[in-house]
Amino acid sequence: MSGERFLQGNEACAEGALAAGARFFAGYPITPSSEIGEILSRRLPRVGGKFIQMEDEMSSLAAVIGASLGGLKALTATSGPGFSLMQENLGFAAAAEIPCVIVEVQRAGPSTGQPTSPSQGDVMQARWGTHGDHPIIVLAPSSVREFFNLTVRAFNLSEKYRTPVIVLADEVIAHMREKIALPAPGEIEVFDRMKPTVPPEWYFPFDDTTEVPPLASFGQGYRFNVTGVYHDKAGFPTMRPDEIEPWFERIFAKIEHHLDDIVEVEREMMEDAEIALVAYGASARSARSAMHAAREKDLKVGLVKLKTLWPFAEAAIDRVARKVGRIIVPEMNRGQVRLEVERVVAGRARVLGVNRYDGEIISPAQILSAIEE
Amino acid sequence: MAGNLKQLSHKPERLVSGHRMCAGCAAPVLVKQILYAVDVPVVIANATCCLEVTTSVYPYSNWKCSWIHSAFENTSATIGGVEAAYRAMKKRGEIEEDVRFMAIGGDGGTFDIGLQSLSGALERGHRFVYVCYDNEAYMNTGIQRSSATPLGAWTTTSPVGTAIAGKTRPRKDLTKIVAAHHIPYVAQASPSNWKDLTTKAEKAFNVDGPAFLNVISPCVPGWKYEPELTIKLAKMAVDTCYWPLYEIENGQYKVNYKPKEKKPLVEWLKPQGRFKHLLAPENKHLLDELQSQVDREWEELLKNAGES
Repeated sequence: MSGERFLQGNEACAEGALAAGARFFAGYPITPSSEIGEILSRRLPRVGGKFIQMEDEMSSLAAVIGASLGGLKALTATSGPGFSLMQENLGFAAAAEIPCVIVEVQRAGPSTGQPTSPSQGDVMQARWGTHGDHPIIVLAPSSVREFFNLTVRAFNLSEKYRTPVIVLADEVIAHMREKIALPAPGEIEVFDRMKPTVPPEWYFPFDDTTEVPPLASFGQGYRFNVTGVYHDKAGFPTMRPDEIEPWFERIFAKIEHHLDDIVEVEREMMEDAEIALVAYGASARSARSAMHAAREKDLKVGLVKLKTLWPFAEAAIDRVARKVGRIIVPEMNRGQVRLEVERVVAGRARVLGVNRYDGEIISPAQILSAIEE
Repeated sequence: MAGNLKQLSHKPERLVSGHRMCAGCAAPVLVKQILYAVDVPVVIANATCCLEVTTSVYPYSNWKCSWIHSAFENTSATIGGVEAAYRAMKKRGEIEEDVRFMAIGGDGGTFDIGLQSLSGALERGHRFVYVCYDNEAYMNTGIQRSSATPLGAWTTTSPVGTAIAGKTRPRKDLTKIVAAHHIPYVAQASPSNWKDLTTKAEKAFNVDGPAFLNVISPCVPGWKYEPELTIKLAKMAVDTCYWPLYEIENGQYKVNYKPKEKKPLVEWLKPQGRFKHLLAPENKHLLDELQSQVDREWEELLKNAGES
């Protein structure tokens, strides 16, 4: 579907997945993400895709991983409690380097929290929720159109770097409606994973002489081993430090060497800014509004909107730290991204949080009063 | 046993009015009928579900007993912990009183995400009653199919269109899955047959080990019917043998109610919007399949009970 539409965020996400070439969804209903599955249950069969409702979130991500190994672009959608249950499989996908997309629409937590209220409390969970060091890419949309774009981008990055990618939305963006112009199929850049071209006996699915080894689909003629155990280049379990370390280095390098491609921020009115707002998701909308209100009062405020949360936008924040005296980080949690900003700023500017964790969105007025303090 | 209506009316209410269930919801009706069967204090673990959400809206509670909501997938494990602690404390003489334990969840929390936790608790042999109120889909999150959803039913994730006409798979037979754990008491019941349900609840609470009640729970928005039909639909599910009333006591099957005249399934389906498309001529094969499933299961039940 293309052209002008009046869409809900979750609808835009489903459209983005289809536009990116996703042909498999496995999931389990949970507020406020259920619409994504509902829409894909109707849409996927029409394009030759498959929708499966699973018995829980553990099996949802497991099925997505299986489908991806089968060669389909696959996604699941969930919210905090379900995302908690997915953590083991998330680590598996990172370790076995299986492309997949997890859409997480954050709601107020911990535990059941408030299913229909917004939150941004899962930023650190998205980074560190599964055990062990692991690379991860996390994107955060702040509008309906961006939910579409970043879902497409999540698939592209996932295919390109053979890694799970999380689209970390929030309840506001998921349930709000905006008029958006959906691009025609040809206008969207779509990246498909590299497939091996070598003879099967030469194929090493975890070859550490290249950053992102091509991934064969099951049934394509390449027999290989997939496991969450530390593995050698052929995918077989290994306990040899001289095999484990290069593998570990490679799965981090494939992300860290491509930060220019992966980390996306938007800067607005930063040229003459003396105060910077660093924001993401729904809070970035309030921040933007507060910035304009502050400008009307002749306060030199700019906005740095993070569209990629992980890997963290260190270079962009470093630039901000060298320029402004004060950085304000509004977020619907107790300061998860603020911690990262403080780490990068390292005392070069004052870093303040505007935080809310009562199930309500941060208002522009709240941010404006922090600016005026 | 359960006594008459007048006697029940003098029993203490443990789920009181003021909750926010939809008009016509069967769940609070059947919960009350079950709790009439316990005279001693009862501790309830409630899985995430409509019942949980609507009876615990801050700052109120509709529960006049100890009540825990933990998560979606683990209510049996939670009550297992409570029951084990109670036994330990009782053994040490720290608790004198007799206390009963109950876990309750919808079909999603029981048939699907909670099945592992239920199975574990049954196998370990905790003394508790598990109640599944089966409304045949995930109603709390907006009517998505569950493994209790019958063949052909419309839900938001088993839509009716050109490719499929509602759910393409039959429902899971949870009562028999539970029975395969060889626990002392397993029963299927309906709020339309209150005396049968209360009697079964009494038996369930009195056995020394795990017990299980599977209770059909018509849902107004999910099944799409007029609210005043709830108990009628529960009754029709019984009279069509779609939801037979039976119990398995120490391995012995007993059919508690045999309709004088087994009604055709279509009578139960007709008032429900979720089955509307099954009445169309092109879906007759689905309707026939659903009827023959019901017939097959009824025959099998009679055979298990030694009645055929």
